[in-house]
Amino acid sequence: MLKKILIANRGEIALRILRACKELDIKTVAVHSQIDRDLKHVRLADESVCIGPNPSAKSYLNIPAIISAMEVTDSMGVHPGYGFLAENADFAEQVQKSGFTFIGPDADVIRLMGDKVSAIEAMKKAGVPTVPGSDGPLPENKERCLAIAQKIGYPVIIKAASGGGGRGMRVVHTESALLNSIHVTKAEAKAAFGDETVYMEKFLQNPRHVEIQILADGQGSAIHLGDRDCSLQRRHQKVIEEAPAPHIPEDARRDVMKACVNACIDINYRGAGTFEFLYEDNCFYFIEMNTRIQVEHPVTEMVTGIDLIKEQIRVCAGEKLSIKQEDVVIRGHAFECRINAEDPKTFMPCPGKVSTYHPPGGFGVRVDSHLYSGYVVPPHYDSMVAKVITYGADREAALRRMRNALDEMVIDGIRTNIELQQQLVRDSAFGEGGVNIHYLENKLGL
Amino acid sequence: MDIRKIKKLIELLEESDIGELEIKEGEESVRISRGSPSAPVAMPMHYAAPQPVAAAPVAPVAAAPVAPGNNDTSAPAAAISGHVVKSPMVGTFYRAPSPGSPSFSEVGQHVKPGDVICIIEAMKMMNQIEADKAGVIEAILIEDGEPVEFDQPLVTIV
Repeated sequence: MLKKILIANRGEIALRILRACKELDIKTVAVHSQIDRDLKHVRLADESVCIGPNPSAKSYLNIPAIISAMEVTDSMGVHPGYGFLAENADFAEQVQKSGFTFIGPDADVIRLMGDKVSAIEAMKKAGVPTVPGSDGPLPENKERCLAIAQKIGYPVIIKAASGGGGRGMRVVHTESALLNSIHVTKAEAKAAFGDETVYMEKFLQNPRHVEIQILADGQGSAIHLGDRDCSLQRRHQKVIEEAPAPHIPEDARRDVMKACVNACIDINYRGAGTFEFLYEDNCFYFIEMNTRIQVEHPVTEMVTGIDLIKEQIRVCAGEKLSIKQEDVVIRGHAFECRINAEDPKTFMPCPGKVSTYHPPGGFGVRVDSHLYSGYVVPPHYDSMVAKVITYGADREAALRRMRNALDEMVIDGIRTNIELQQQLVRDSAFGEGGVNIHYLENKLGL
Repeated sequence: MDIRKIKKLIELLEESDIGELEIKEGEESVRISRGSPSAPVAMPMHYAAPQPVAAAPVAPVAAAPVAPGNNDTSAPAAAISGHVVKSPMVGTFYRAPSPGSPSFSEVGQHVKPGDVICIIEAMKMMNQIEADKAGVIEAILIEDGEPVEFDQPLVTIV
């Protein structure tokens, strides 16, 4: 087992990782930017190192500074959390070349899944269902592009191969708009990701976002830990997540989960990962795989009783997966509401000092947050400040618990989206379960 | 012999039943003895000046060339009155280009902008840190071989 891990992240996920390390008797090193010196996990860590000024590019994305910090602290491994360098194959490679352990899969697996075209290829080979599409990058030839779109059937969506997470995409409804849309998307992709390769897929009108959690040890074992529904989104940012995904027939679920497990073994995956799907008309369509722990991992932890971060660290430290598929039992239901420091109407980030912080509590209520009374939310990073998670014996019980928990929560001094969340958990369509990914934006009139 | 090696030797000693360890590497040698039964536990290490930093788990070390890993030989916190030269990166602070060479700078030395005053080693690369002001070196705040973090005060110039 690794004796010391450097946490290359900030905020609530850094605190989450620190807690898992403490339980595993692993010493912790917290790296931070100047302004993040007073982050809760920095105060709790065994050692801390300031690695740069506030801008992420010079601190949390600064690979030489992070590796240097690992050297001076004699760390054995690094946990990248989510975002920042978590899916940066170059970082993973440099960490490994420097003799340290990267808590995640190998660099070439990260690259494989980072390129959306090659990821889809790999999934097809493993029997994972994919969206009908161009089956590869779009050719230069205009006639062929038109033919591909005709075969798929409008509306189609053009996506950047190096994009993902909702970025670098454009929907095309009519043939007349196709060539221009491809041209513009390629230019955007080149500017944003340095790679103008694009591919085409059928555009699903009213899908839900359903994803599947896996754990694999890179030594021949892989398991799934059920699914999550993250359809309540605004501008591709998830707002509320739940596990399990409601109203999905067991056999459809079972088949796709089996295919995901096979895919993990095929690509020799190691660590925690998530397969993301669009789900429409009882069919699953693979869109991308995230080779890291996700923000919403707590809802899976609540319904399975399994600590995903500890398991992730164990397998990446070289241990075999200690959990068998038959040990994974999905019990009850869980929700997670993301709490952001933002204006409830304009959604503009609202940094500032939290004068009073009082989280909710009680049976089945969990709050993952780095906040404390007096903490100053800085303007330089994303605005999520807390995750309120509730568990119940069934969906209705978990949702009722969430209403009460949100009502108890106090974050004074900054504006937050708590009020919006309170409305959403009382929304009748959401209460029924199964709303699609456009539901929230339609409801907000966006 | 660098401090990381010595730290590893101390760890080796602590994890075993060995009472004393002596290692010779060419011209250099180090002897590490097990301390009193009430050896202090390693303190939380936060590499932020001006608190003195324990550079190794606190066990008595008879070693050359690194100073014993306790607090009283660290630079006094009081002497920061001049212009502070801060570390632009995370790494290990060295006063000379190689062990045994003369130091780049000493207290009392006149420097002008561009003069190299120390080295920060990061990822096997030696980065020369230059004076950004003319004047006299008032205090050198970091011990040779000590790790430093971003923005940590290194040297003051008056």
